Amino acid sequence: MTESGERHPFLLAKLDELISWSQKNSLWPFGSGLACCAIEMIATAAAKYDISRFGMELFRASPRQADVFIVAGTVTNKMAPVVRRLWEQMPDPKWVVAMGNCAVSGGPFPTYAVLQGVDKIIPVDVYIAGCPPTPQGLLHGLITLQNQIARSHPTLEIFDRDARRTD
Amino acid sequence: MASKAFKEIDLNMGPQHPSTHGVLRLKVSIDNEVVLHVEPVLGYLHRGMEKLWESQTYHQIIPLTDRLDYLASLSNNLGYCLTVEKLAGIEVPKRAQYIRVILAELQRLASHLAWIGFMANDVGAMTVLLYGFEARESFLDIFETYAGGRLTIHGMRLGGVPFDLDETVIGMIRKVLETTPKWIADIEGLLTDNRIWRHRTEGIGIIPQSDALENGLTGPCLRAAGMAWDLRRDLPYSSYEDFDFDIPVRTASDVLDRYFVRMEEMRQSLRIVRQALDRLPAGEHIAKVPRTLRIPPGEIYHSIEAPKGELGFFIRSNGTDKPERVKMRSPSFINLMSLEQMCKGNLFSDIVGVLGSLDIVLGEIDK
Amino acid sequence: MLDGQIDVAPVAQAFERLRDRFPESVLDASYAGRELAVRVRREDIIPVLRFLKHEAGFNSLTDVVGIDNLKSLPTGRAGDAPASRGAAGAAPSLPAGRTVEATAALPVSQKGETTAASEPPKRFSILYQLYRFPEACRIRISVDLAEAEPVDSVVPVYRAADWAEREIFDMFGIDFTGHPDLRRIYLPDEFEGFPLRKDFPLEGKTGGV
Repeated sequence: MTESGERHPFLLAKLDELISWSQKNSLWPFGSGLACCAIEMIATAAAKYDISRFGMELFRASPRQADVFIVAGTVTNKMAPVVRRLWEQMPDPKWVVAMGNCAVSGGPFPTYAVLQGVDKIIPVDVYIAGCPPTPQGLLHGLITLQNQIARSHPTLEIFDRDARRTD
Repeated sequence: MASKAFKEIDLNMGPQHPSTHGVLRLKVSIDNEVVLHVEPVLGYLHRGMEKLWESQTYHQIIPLTDRLDYLASLSNNLGYCLTVEKLAGIEVPKRAQYIRVILAELQRLASHLAWIGFMANDVGAMTVLLYGFEARESFLDIFETYAGGRLTIHGMRLGGVPFDLDETVIGMIRKVLETTPKWIADIEGLLTDNRIWRHRTEGIGIIPQSDALENGLTGPCLRAAGMAWDLRRDLPYSSYEDFDFDIPVRTASDVLDRYFVRMEEMRQSLRIVRQALDRLPAGEHIAKVPRTLRIPPGEIYHSIEAPKGELGFFIRSNGTDKPERVKMRSPSFINLMSLEQMCKGNLFSDIVGVLGSLDIVLGEIDK
Repeated sequence: MLDGQIDVAPVAQAFERLRDRFPESVLDASYAGRELAVRVRREDIIPVLRFLKHEAGFNSLTDVVGIDNLKSLPTGRAGDAPASRGAAGAAPSLPAGRTVEATAALPVSQKGETTAASEPPKRFSILYQLYRFPEACRIRISVDLAEAEPVDSVVPVYRAADWAEREIFDMFGIDFTGHPDLRRIYLPDEFEGFPLRKDFPLEGKTGGV
């Protein structure tokens, strides 16, 4: 049964679990390191915080090969069309994590040049606050994303391309 | 059939690129892999800092300066605080000056360790990235224990430093003085005599000394070009004149020399921290500065030797508690002007190595 | 002016020679905290900088700074001039405890009406921060510009001014005559407005990029 109360066929539910389990444990981040948060993202990928425990050590340089777009840093108005184009290049299924206060809402920069939050141009799944968030914070956000994916229903897409993937 | 029109190709690198150290866009024009022109396009991280600073009080600007060179945020804090103190005539206690030197040199080490990690990773030596970041973690732990932040630290205040160094932090610093030389030796062991590293860095990205000076290049790149220019020695600030340290200078002015200069600077930084810690004087860790600091009209320029080069602040005050104008002299911004000259005539794949050796940070370039 | 006040020898000598060589161009000067700030005529900036570089040994340009003086311009009364003088670029403030001897020696009095003070203060100032290596001394040259007045680009003298001037053009809209490549450096080309001007709002104008 989905959280909205609809009955979901048993076999499809099991298939959902399998697919979402494999997705959440092998997310390949597209590290769009824009500013200071990028350094903490790299520190999370380094040996001490070791993002590869979660299956995410393979940061892809190309959006075509990535699953999760970690927007790490300030999105300026000049960079915004680039970010949008990168997100459009990512194949489905894709998720977006807004890392850091600048990506969440413009951060400490209420200025003429800064986009006040990356959710103005792309849909965001998880918001991680912090300036920058510590590696523990980023990992918490990514685990939240994994839990979100675990609750999702990928098989719905087979029948309904417009269905939202998560409840 | 290859036509003559195909000889020169224009390529775009960035703004999203794994090796451009941030959102830098390079318009590159190549002739069969040999670089003809490189034009950096900036502004993808322009946040309007200088405009924002005009509406903040002198105290409130300090944490915003953290976000400029985000790999060495304490250096930005130091440069800014020293400038304001000079303008306002604030005397910083000796103990605070020594603590600032310790923090600034630890920050230089952390910055250079991140630099070698990124540069070696760009050239292909990914192990060094992990080594550099692991070594850096001990420094970030010190900063986090001391001031609460790992990366954007806000570790200096007008008049001194926010906290005194307590036993825990001093213990951590002494520990790091023991363990870091081995990390530096390990990294050098992986790179210095490595044939591939040499091949990719020796003779690449050369800029003659006269051109380096003319272009305004400062920092390790200028020292690798043969000029013994170091503001810590020439125009000492914050008690640097009390310490003994050498200034590494090389003459070939290629990527390899810049690598040698920075590795040696790391050792010298350890030396300075040891001296400062051993001779730490008693006293206050901060001078009394009013919360509402009004500075009478005037202007000043002051600069420090940051890990990237000469970091300066020009401040004009207008009698209120907010500045009239704050301009930051960004070392990476001016250093980047030399990129084209360094890359011309080299291969396209060398651009990444040269860019790494310049050690730029986009937060500082784009403000 | 400033005789005997400058305690850094190369700077004192450079100022002496500058005054002798360009008596009409040097408008006023002040010295405090080991910083010499000299205001010169806009038209003479290139010869002055050329002199300082090739004959006085200031071999490095550290930075070029643009300032919008809009908030310190008087509201129309000539009597307001003294308050704006300090902010219009001539006198660095003295650290607490230092006396105002330096300005007493100036022919341009802070309070009086002289040729320089009787000019209306101008909208923009451009400051050139120079450095001499290895003697480690600094000097700051400034010029004042009215609204829409251009200034010569100093790139032929100091190549390091290249991007710094582009930045001032981008942020203030000041035209640098003779610059090899004067276009915006940070903001997109189609951006309208010049953000660091005091009349441009921090949040930007709607309709910008």
